[in-house]
Amino acid sequence: MQHLLSIVIFIPAVAALILALVQRGGSEAADRNAKWLALTATAVTFLVSLFLLTGFDPSNTDYQFVEHYNWIMGLQYRVGIDGLSILFVLLTTFMMPLVILASWDVKKRVKEYMIAFLLLETLMIGTFVTLDLVLFYLFYEACLIPMFLIIGIWGGKQRVYAAFKFFLYTFFGSVFMLIAIIYIYYHTGTTDMPNLLADKFPYTPLHILGVTIPGGVQTLLWLGFFISFAVKMPLWPVHTWLPAAHVQAPTAGSIVLAAVLLKLADYGFLRFSLPMFPVGNMVVGPWAMWLAVIAIIYTSLVALVQDDMKKVIAYSSVAHMAFVLLGIFSGTQQGIEGGIMMVVAHGFVSGALFLCVGVIYDRMHTREIAAFGGLAKRMPSYALIFMFFTMANVGLPGTANFVGEFLILVGTFQVNTWAATLATTGVILSAAYALWLYRRVVFGDLIKESLRSITDLSTREKWIFAPMVAMTLILGVYPDLVTDIIGPSVTNLVENYHEALPDNLLSDLVEH
Amino acid sequence: METIILFSPLVGAIIGGFGWRLIGEKGAMVLTTGLLFLACALSWIVFLNFDGVKYPIHIMNWINSGELDTSWSIRMDRLTSIMLIVVTTVSALVHLYSWGYMAHDENWTENERYKARFFSYLSFFTFTMLMLVTADNLLQMFFGWEGVGLASYLLIGFYYKKPSANAAAMKAFIVNRVGDFGFLLGMFGLFYMTGELKMDDVFAAAPALAETNLHFLWTQWNAAELIAVLLFVGAMGKSAQLFLHTWLPDAMEGPTPVSALIHAATMVTAGVFLVCRMSPLYEYAPHAKEFILIIGATTAFVAATIGLVQNDIKRVIAYSTMSQLGYMFAAAGVGVYSAAMFHLLTHAFFKALLFLAAGSVITAMHHEQDMRNYGGLRKKVPITFWAMIAGTLAITGVGIPLTHFGFAGFLSKDAIIESVWAGDSSGYGFWMLVIAAAFTSFYSWRLIFLTFFGKPRGDHHAHEHAKESGLVMTVPLMVLSLGAVFAGMIWYNVFFGDHAKLVKFFGLPAHAEQMAEGHGAADGTGHAMTETQAEAEVTADAAHSPDMGPSAGVLALPGVAPQGAIFMHGENTVIEDAHHAPAWVKVSPFVAMVLGLFVAWLFYIKDTRLPKRLAEAQPALHRFLLNKWYFDELYEAIFVRPALWIGYTFWKKGDEGSIDRVIDGVAVGMVPKFTRFINKMQSGYLFHYAFAMVIGIVGLMFWVLLNGGSN
Repeated sequence: MQHLLSIVIFIPAVAALILALVQRGGSEAADRNAKWLALTATAVTFLVSLFLLTGFDPSNTDYQFVEHYNWIMGLQYRVGIDGLSILFVLLTTFMMPLVILASWDVKKRVKEYMIAFLLLETLMIGTFVTLDLVLFYLFYEACLIPMFLIIGIWGGKQRVYAAFKFFLYTFFGSVFMLIAIIYIYYHTGTTDMPNLLADKFPYTPLHILGVTIPGGVQTLLWLGFFISFAVKMPLWPVHTWLPAAHVQAPTAGSIVLAAVLLKLADYGFLRFSLPMFPVGNMVVGPWAMWLAVIAIIYTSLVALVQDDMKKVIAYSSVAHMAFVLLGIFSGTQQGIEGGIMMVVAHGFVSGALFLCVGVIYDRMHTREIAAFGGLAKRMPSYALIFMFFTMANVGLPGTANFVGEFLILVGTFQVNTWAATLATTGVILSAAYALWLYRRVVFGDLIKESLRSITDLSTREKWIFAPMVAMTLILGVYPDLVTDIIGPSVTNLVENYHEALPDNLLSDLVEH
Repeated sequence: METIILFSPLVGAIIGGFGWRLIGEKGAMVLTTGLLFLACALSWIVFLNFDGVKYPIHIMNWINSGELDTSWSIRMDRLTSIMLIVVTTVSALVHLYSWGYMAHDENWTENERYKARFFSYLSFFTFTMLMLVTADNLLQMFFGWEGVGLASYLLIGFYYKKPSANAAAMKAFIVNRVGDFGFLLGMFGLFYMTGELKMDDVFAAAPALAETNLHFLWTQWNAAELIAVLLFVGAMGKSAQLFLHTWLPDAMEGPTPVSALIHAATMVTAGVFLVCRMSPLYEYAPHAKEFILIIGATTAFVAATIGLVQNDIKRVIAYSTMSQLGYMFAAAGVGVYSAAMFHLLTHAFFKALLFLAAGSVITAMHHEQDMRNYGGLRKKVPITFWAMIAGTLAITGVGIPLTHFGFAGFLSKDAIIESVWAGDSSGYGFWMLVIAAAFTSFYSWRLIFLTFFGKPRGDHHAHEHAKESGLVMTVPLMVLSLGAVFAGMIWYNVFFGDHAKLVKFFGLPAHAEQMAEGHGAADGTGHAMTETQAEAEVTADAAHSPDMGPSAGVLALPGVAPQGAIFMHGENTVIEDAHHAPAWVKVSPFVAMVLGLFVAWLFYIKDTRLPKRLAEAQPALHRFLLNKWYFDELYEAIFVRPALWIGYTFWKKGDEGSIDRVIDGVAVGMVPKFTRFINKMQSGYLFHYAFAMVIGIVGLMFWVLLNGGSN
């Protein structure tokens, strides 16, 4: 299968194109067709993407399924996957059919809604597999547009403010990445990522306006990419767009946002920050780790006092993404593998938790915690599922999240015991806010009149949850499924990273 | 066979929990209970046939990443086999007992089904507890550790409609997480130093760890000491030791069978088990051991003082549990791990007995738990009464001084007190434990006298209808009574009394000389380490220098794990010394017991006005004890409230006040324009333009792709 990767990328786009050109919107039948087409397309994409998995050779750390064509104006279309990116692709293709299923009850402009999600899938997969810097930027930025529309059109009461905030933050962030990319192109004359990875950027200190910048160009380029990713991730203190966006986004939008879109940043760290600018990472990375530690404690404490269910989970997402950063920037085998594991695990679990909120939002049209209580009586299946994902979210062993969290912290401990210790307080705080949320919503006596006739999960809802439950458990009990795939690539990354660091780094950086 | 023991409760939990609609509530109860009795029978076979030689059973891989290599596996040795019988026996009996206890529960309405859920939780708990005790690496132990925490959370909050039950469940989970924080850090440190989490490899590295420093937080620490203390913090959480104990009394919100199984006999002893399991490490961490001794002895004392004045029958027993756990830690703290395990075993029988008997009283009294409303019940519930008496004789340590003839607690508790006398030269531990023994005797007999003697108090309707529980409840009481009476005498020699038998029992090197040799070898490794010590320290520091990059396994030094289930350093002669303790030491716990009994008799039989008078004479002291030394209030003030306040401040002042204000300042000018933009989009045209653009780009790429073959 020569074009397998391109097929995976473009199936959703083709489906979107068909919807846009062929389907007339508006009637009930048309809406139904749009939903079924979207579901079929995403499901087929997932099935085809499984061939990527079966055909993938983990022991080969080079790019596989590579396709390379020249494009207009000297640009090139170049894609391929390695152990670092394959799971990001699979996570996306796995989640999208569930996302479409989760939006089965959407009533407003169904056709456009499905188009937005299908396009988003193509763009996200594209970001993960592209091997050209310009193409990466295009895909990465273009993801903004469908998500912006999803929040702005299908969102809640303050959707315009939230969509605007989302757009402004992330767009602001990526300006710096654009500048960095332009510099790279002028400096090296290429935007080909494998070539750029082989070519190390100079790290002699720069003197600008009397300020010495250790690590020189590498540090600046690292920062350019980092700022963009940090906003996307989102990292404290540029995280406030996320709770706002989540609260206003429709359920499916929240799921995509948490499960996949945030991971663009984590992927960026793996693909650029560490391998392309190792010295820059050495200089600034430790500071970023401190921001992550602050984020974990800060957002966990904030999550404790929220009165909107979605905000609790949104803040919890920020904390968990900070864990991923910590793991990756530790530059250790365990830390990075844990980071990728966490990406996957958080994809399932945060997606499922947002769906848990969506389920009762659909029934009661409120997300206010105080409006609920005692749901266990009327909704036993829901209580069970919500409990499962709450426990996964706090990192109970046996779930994939624990594997991620543990490996991250083990890796971090090897480079910075302070950061590891402070981050580990996250396990206490996460238990506090997650159980406190669960208790107020599900436990207690059912006394609120409005909840007396609330119904338990429908069959459709159960089927959406089922794959996420299964994956969380399977990867939690047998994580070799993941670590075997990513292991060699991560080893390769770690070795190259440490080799690229100059022998006498500190003296090199200070003198000159 | 071990695998069957391990997984049969899980099978029961899954089928009972998810399939009870198919097989019926009764079916789920039969299945879970049946599988537990199967596991119990097999455990006894394993225990009785076990010859002391350890062997591992690999099940499958777990987390593997770089040097980190962990698997799901069973470590069979003497400690495991002891824990297997403790866990499965008590659990099987509690399953059976619950048939009666949970038959009619006033917390649920007629049409609510709760029994299958309850039994499934119980079985799930048993599975995770077995995972904990059979673990061959620390990570799997942590799986069990957190798993029992989850089961405990679910069962404490079993009556989920009751706010108090929910609060207690959350508190249990969160306080335990504080302990887990220590456990996790201990594992990180261990992996960083040795590159291993597997028991035998860790044990083999212990002498080297004791010679190495680890830079943790602000300074250098002795690696063995630091890791030992961090792991012990985990044990403190699980075993409700002082400062992390506040969850245990509240956990009594759960149904009484749960209190018996989880919060008395098994889960709370996991911390003691951890320390005993890690004895090869603790033997090389003398300061950590001192810390354990002090915490253990102090906990035994503090908990006993609180137990003196509680009125809720379950809370009295809960504080008693906490106090007894303190005893076990004290024994481990002086290096007599076998005595700690001995008391763990006997305590499991008599404490489960006390709880189940209390449950029987509570059932008889229509869920009244306040002892002030009991009285004169010995005629109404005779079997329960005699069971309770057996448990009380065991816990207070009744026996014939200077012989090995007595109830279970007499042998195991006295073994601890003698060991602590021999192992702790300061005398602090010894006196704390002896005083606590007097208090134990007092509150235990107080419970008996208030409940079963005197005149009926409180609601006379409840007293009139009080009647003995059915067979499913009384049979477990009788079985456990046998344990409470005989367990001490049966196993005294192998755990403590007879050195040769002890050595064989735990699979230690066969003869004393060989044992010394074994230690010599271990010490030899230790000395070899001393020579490489300087080098090792250099390595440890080097790992932090940037040019080498971080790597786990700073100490890549060879070593051999000591033989046997527990390990005692060559210089550890505490058991010998304890055997040669003077007579007054050996008699003192007995004297303390008699004293406690006498005062209890004086207060609650002879002159029942005395307690009130004493409380009035010492109001401050009484309030202090009644309010549990004000730990809850203290933690509320210094942890809970500040955390909420900080969270709120971060949110309102940080997120919304500072960060957003900057962004919104920019936004205010643009939002109106933006609204118009969105409105236009919704009207249709612009929306299409936006999509047309994206589709255009994608289509273009698609076209390039299809025509790309020419390149």
